[in-house]
Formats: sequence, structure tokens, C-alpha cells
Amino acid sequence: MGRRFSSFNLVSVTLGIAFLYLPIVILVIYSFNASRLVTVWGGWSLRWYAALLDDGALQEAAANSLLIALASATAATVLGTLAALTLTRLGRFRGRLPFAAMLYAPLVMPEVITGLSLLLFFVAINLDRGFLTITIAHTTLTLCFVAVVVQSRLASFDRALEEAAMDLGCPPLRTFLTVTVPIIAPAIAAGFLLAFSLSLDDLVIASFTTGPGATTLPIRIYSDVRLGVKPEINAVCTIFVAVIALVVIAASILTRRAERRQQVSAY
Amino acid sequence: MKSRSARNRLSGRWLIAALPYLWLIAFFFLPFLIVLKISLSQTVIAQPPYTPTLDLAAGWAGLKAFLEGLSFSTYGLLAQDDIYLLSYLKSLQIAALSTLVLIAIGLPIAYGMARAPSRAQPILLVAVILPFWTSFLIRVYAWINILQRDGLLNDALRALGLIEEPVAWLASDTAVYIGIIYSYLPFMVLPLYANFQKLDESLLEAAADLGCPRWKTFFLVTLPLVMPGIAAGALLCFIPIIGEFVIPDLLGSSRTLMIGQTLWTEFFANRDWPVASAIAVVLLALLVVPIAFYENVHSRQIEGR
Repeated sequence: MGRRFSSFNLVSVTLGIAFLYLPIVILVIYSFNASRLVTVWGGWSLRWYAALLDDGALQEAAANSLLIALASATAATVLGTLAALTLTRLGRFRGRLPFAAMLYAPLVMPEVITGLSLLLFFVAINLDRGFLTITIAHTTLTLCFVAVVVQSRLASFDRALEEAAMDLGCPPLRTFLTVTVPIIAPAIAAGFLLAFSLSLDDLVIASFTTGPGATTLPIRIYSDVRLGVKPEINAVCTIFVAVIALVVIAASILTRRAERRQQVSAY
Repeated sequence: MKSRSARNRLSGRWLIAALPYLWLIAFFFLPFLIVLKISLSQTVIAQPPYTPTLDLAAGWAGLKAFLEGLSFSTYGLLAQDDIYLLSYLKSLQIAALSTLVLIAIGLPIAYGMARAPSRAQPILLVAVILPFWTSFLIRVYAWINILQRDGLLNDALRALGLIEEPVAWLASDTAVYIGIIYSYLPFMVLPLYANFQKLDESLLEAAADLGCPRWKTFFLVTLPLVMPGIAAGALLCFIPIIGEFVIPDLLGSSRTLMIGQTLWTEFFANRDWPVASAIAVVLLALLVVPIAFYENVHSRQIEGR
């Protein structure tokens, strides 16, 4: 406890955090720049935020992204939680190794490979590209992240609680719903939020698997950015960052509160 | 009675496994087989733009015609044109060098975090995770603002009197390295931090008590103990950086062509699906060993908890 923060440690952590945040802070400040020239400071203004209200195509892209993120994160949460249960509760069944390999590979697999392979697959089975294909692709990408988060919670979980319920005659499914799920709920929620933000953010896989009428926000931002920096994009990005920051901070507060409540009830 | 409930439990267990298992086979494994198949096909101007296609309705004869149409000619193409070899090498070089820099920067940050007052640690952890959740694309875009010709970096350097003329930072190797190191730093810091935190401090105290200087303790005691974290962080960065597309595309130039961009161009601009697939197969073959190594480290970390 009461450790002192040595000057070397203080400096390295401060520099590290500054490096991580400075570019984002600059982006946020420049989104309030009144000047059309992105490099000249023309005073504070909300004009680029107002300009967003008139950009129908951009709003549609944002709506598409939110819808896809919601659908794929929901599916990924269910599949990822089941995958985590499979790995922690089914013991060493045959086929566990290929299952774990397929589950963890997307964590590091270059996105161009995943995107290309899914697209070729959708073409081969003649599935029209659009909302459905992006949602399937994002579910596949994000379910492994959910599985990792839930699995680490399941690994540190006191099995005696489940055994006690079963010994007292509680059937397995009911034990799962009334004992296991409440305990791993914070991890499931965190996994859902992670899947949601990954889907919202993805450009490469969405570019491969998209179709007519299913332009997502990152695809739109990317095509604008390629043409150079525009103040409107600074404003879009600031909103994006603010929403994600709020969600993450809310989630971490909720998780800590849930953990504290569990610690209290355990004693 | 008892055996029935046991059987119920067993079938319930299989239902748990079946859903994610089938999903991964359908949408992760099968697509790879199709990539492999198309890498053995030839380009044609048609829909879909490759031949042969498997005609299941033609039965056995269709399958035979399909198999006879396959060839390795696309791979020959990859070997002939320098651009593919050069982009593989460029990707390897950029990934290796930026992983080394990431370890060098990540170690002091993670060490400092783990040594911070315990009340500050959760806040520092959220501070490092937050950019990881923030859009990748936006974080790369933010650097365009800074690095462009009349951007903030040149302004700052000119104000300090370090340079006279603006430097062209964008469209260079430097910009790609900055973008990659910036984007992947949380991936390096988090596993390192987890390892530093688990470190048994009595070992460090023992070394100090025996008169070992602090820097020597770091290299002889601390570093070997956090090796699993370094391995996990290095693989978590190295493997995806090799196939990186967004960062070199937005911050680099035609001279910083990485293999992810080459694949993208072949697919989207040239519509050459067999070549794009062959590039992916070769890339995957290069990455199989590091990926297997990563999965080994990863599962050991999860189970060793």
C-alpha cells in the first residue's frame, strides 16, 4: 500500500498518458475552430456541429453503424458467453483444441484476411451483401473478445456457490440462471460494450462485406479523410469519442460498484 | 432418475458448445477454405471474377472439371513480380521495428503504473484502456492534423527554432511508425502491466538487501519474471501490424507499401480475386507460427490465473 511514486515512474507514466491523449485532445479542440482552414485558429464556434445536422448521408451512415453494432454485439455476447462456458465448464472434451484455436485466432488475425475470407464466402453462398453480411462478420470478429472477458471472470469464480445450489436440489439450468449469471453479469456487460465499440469502429472488415445502402460511419469517414482533413470530420470524431468515453467510464463505475457489492455480501 | 438428470446435463452441455462451435466453423473456418480454393483459380472478367467455379448440379463430372481447372499459377505470379516480395518484406520490417520500440516505450509506462499508489491504479488503467476503445480510425486521423505540412508539429518546431522550413512528415516511413506505435501502445502496456502487478515484491527486496543495484535488479530479476507479458504484448502487436492497412494507407506513401495495402489494391482496384487470395494465403502461412505461439501464451495466461 502507501507506496511512493518515484520520480522516474511519475515521469514515464505522465509522458505515456500525454502521448496517448494529446492527439485526441487536439482533435477535440480543433472541432470547435471557427475557421474553415483546419490549421488556422479562428476562435471558438459550433458551426461544424451545426453543419452535421444538414448532412443527411452522414446521419444515415451513423444510424447504420449503430444498428449493426447493436445487432452484432447482441449476437456476439450470446455466442461469446457460450464459448467461454464451453472452455471453462466442459473440461477437456475432444475438439477443444481446434475450438480454442478458432476462438482466439481473430484476436490477432489481420483484418484484411478476415474481411477477404468472409466476403469470398458470402459470394460463394450467394448471400446479398449489406446489413446482414456486415452483422455476421462483426459477430464473428467480436465474439472472441466477449469470450475472453467472460472467461477470465469464470476462471476466478468460486465454484462452491454453484455446487451448494445443486446440493440443495436446484436444477442445473436454474442454478446457472440464478447463481452463475448474476455473478458473471458485469463481465457479460463489459463484453457487450467491447463488442459494440469494436463493431462501431471497424473499417476494414466492413469495407469488404458491405453492399449497396449499407455504408457505415467509418467507411464514410475514411472516404472523406482520404480527400484531406475537413473540420466537419473533426466534429463527427469528437462526438464519437465523447460517446465512447461516457460509455466506458459508466461501465467501469458499474463494474466496480458490482464488485464491491459482491465483496460485501461475501462476508 | 439420477441417470436421466445426468443425461440431461450432458445434452445441455453439448447445446452450449454446439452454437459457438458451428458459428466458428461456418464463418471462420469455411471462409478460409474458400480463400484457399480461389487462390488456386484464375482471373476472368465475369461474375464472379474467377474460374473454375464448382458446379454441384453437374455432379461428379462437375467436380472433376473443377479440380482440373485448379492450378498454382497465381502463386507463380506472386513470385515473379517484385512488388509482392517487397511489400511482404516492408511489412515484416515495419512490424519488427515498431514492436521493438513498443516494448522499449511500454516497459517504463507499465512499470510506472504498477508502482503507482494503489488508489491511482484503477484510474491509470482506465486511462490506458480508454484510447483502446476509441476509434482506431479517429486516432490515426488525429495524427494527420498534427503531421501535415502546415500542421501543429511543424508550427511547434518552427516556434522552437529547430527547423526553418516545414518538414514533410506525412507520406513517410516516420509517419507510419508514429501511427503504428501510437495505435498499438495500449496492446503492449496492458499485458505488461498485468505481469508487473503480479510480481512478487519480496524478490526485489531480497535483491536490494543483498546489495544489488536497482538497474541490475531490473535486468536480472524483474525482466525475466515479466517475460510472458513481453511475449504476449509483442505478439499482440507484431501479428496484426504485419497485415495493417489503415495506418500505412492514411499516413504512408507508395514507398511504404505494406502487404495489407497490396491485398486491398488487388481486390478493390484491380478486382483480381485470385491474386488477393494468394496474398492472404501466403501471409497466413507466414503468421501461422506466431499465431500458434500467441495462442499458447494466451491460454497459459488465462488458465494460470
